[in-house]
Amino acid sequence: MRHLLDTKTLSREDALRILDVAEDMADTQQREVKKLPTLRGKTVVNLFFEDSTRTRISFEAAAKRLSADVINFSAKGSSVSKGESLQDTAQTLQAMGADAVVVRHGASGAPRTLATSGWISAGVVNAGDGTHEHPTQALLDAYTIRKRTFGDDSRGRDLEGLRVTIVGDILHSRVARSNVWLLHTLGAEVTLVAPPTLIPQDVSAWPVSVEYDLDAAVAAEPDALMMLRIQLERMNAAYFPTEREYSRRWGLDPRRLKALGPDSIVMHPGPMNRGLEISAEAADSTRSTVLEQVTNGVSVRMAVLYLLLAGERPEQDREDVR
Amino acid sequence: MSMRTVLHEADIARALTRISHEILESNRGPQDLVILGIPTRGVTLADRIATLIGDISGTPIPVGSLDVTMYRDDLHRNPTRTPRPTQIPAGGVDGRVVVLVDDVLFSGRSIRAALDALQDIGRPAVVRLATLVDRGHRELPIRPDFVGKNLPSARDERVNVRLAEIDGLEEVTIES
Repeated sequence: MRHLLDTKTLSREDALRILDVAEDMADTQQREVKKLPTLRGKTVVNLFFEDSTRTRISFEAAAKRLSADVINFSAKGSSVSKGESLQDTAQTLQAMGADAVVVRHGASGAPRTLATSGWISAGVVNAGDGTHEHPTQALLDAYTIRKRTFGDDSRGRDLEGLRVTIVGDILHSRVARSNVWLLHTLGAEVTLVAPPTLIPQDVSAWPVSVEYDLDAAVAAEPDALMMLRIQLERMNAAYFPTEREYSRRWGLDPRRLKALGPDSIVMHPGPMNRGLEISAEAADSTRSTVLEQVTNGVSVRMAVLYLLLAGERPEQDREDVR
Repeated sequence: MSMRTVLHEADIARALTRISHEILESNRGPQDLVILGIPTRGVTLADRIATLIGDISGTPIPVGSLDVTMYRDDLHRNPTRTPRPTQIPAGGVDGRVVVLVDDVLFSGRSIRAALDALQDIGRPAVVRLATLVDRGHRELPIRPDFVGKNLPSARDERVNVRLAEIDGLEEVTIES
């Protein structure tokens, strides 16, 4: 693996490899000494043009557990606010010897530009770009579903036949997009539930079914119910009348939580708007995987960094290896 | 290119039985023993040795596996290796007599990695090394405590261990 840019083009084989290596990484996190020497001497740059706390910290923890050096770069208060271009920023990092660049950017496709432009030779990990994709979030969600469903028997398995329902602002959500592609690749059936205004227009080309009524979706007892954050900062075009109305029709309140099957899990990528898309009862119930998702996120990101950085670099590839 | 078989099925069984007796003898009994195999074939051999020691001594012996992938010093020279599971028996390794088991001892670098991996898991009282084949060419000051067969080899020869559980047949061959 050279880069991780999206889940749409990620093969089933590569996806399972990441999830299986993440199992091994999770095992090492139970040990007395959690730090592995694997990426000693490698430098990982967190290049964040958009605010993020948990994704950045998760990548930072993952890199440090593998003994890589971490440089955090956020656009605020940096040369970017003085007008530096993406190319110049990237080349500066390259000159400092970055081996991998974890990039979050407001523009969809920025990580791909970084990976394919030839500006840098480092491996690129997409940590969220515009409304395009957020692949490591989808991978950790798939890992969490697999772990909850199969337990210690998870290695090597896909999600064939599992039903996952994603609820909320699909239109703006890169998490939803990455999940749709990855879950489909892994064999799960995906249902989207949202107000019609928050369903993208091109959804007919996605491998999903669309539902507008959350009660009907809950009654179908999906294996996993994934609540998305309502991104209040993007709610500027009257997608729904009021927050209260959204909460009543598409929020996971205690009544819907009760109606949900006992084996269904409740997921949320965080940060949560408690009382809006998810009630405190649902967020704190035993069926909620919110904190597991955070823990699993570190293991999955360790796996991604390991697979990107530990092997020999492509420019050193010998033909007979391929 | 020529290939010859240096150990047959019965030779492998005899070697493992002898190693098991030697482990018991040097430890003066089965107490505190933990057998850890290095994936892939070391794990199979470790299982067999633990069973043999258990049969001889009448005491079940804790057995597990120790993956060394993430501790290797040659990761950046090879295509990315997929790590294998590490399974440490419930009693852990602290204060125990750990016997590492590998199929072929060559440069010693896997064992160096195994010692580092073990250190992150706990602090054994003693660490010993058992190997089915010692083919020489050490690059580090590491030597085995229990050897199935010393096999002088040229550096560019290949030594292959095949075991029934993994390969469907039992033999050790040398190819040049």
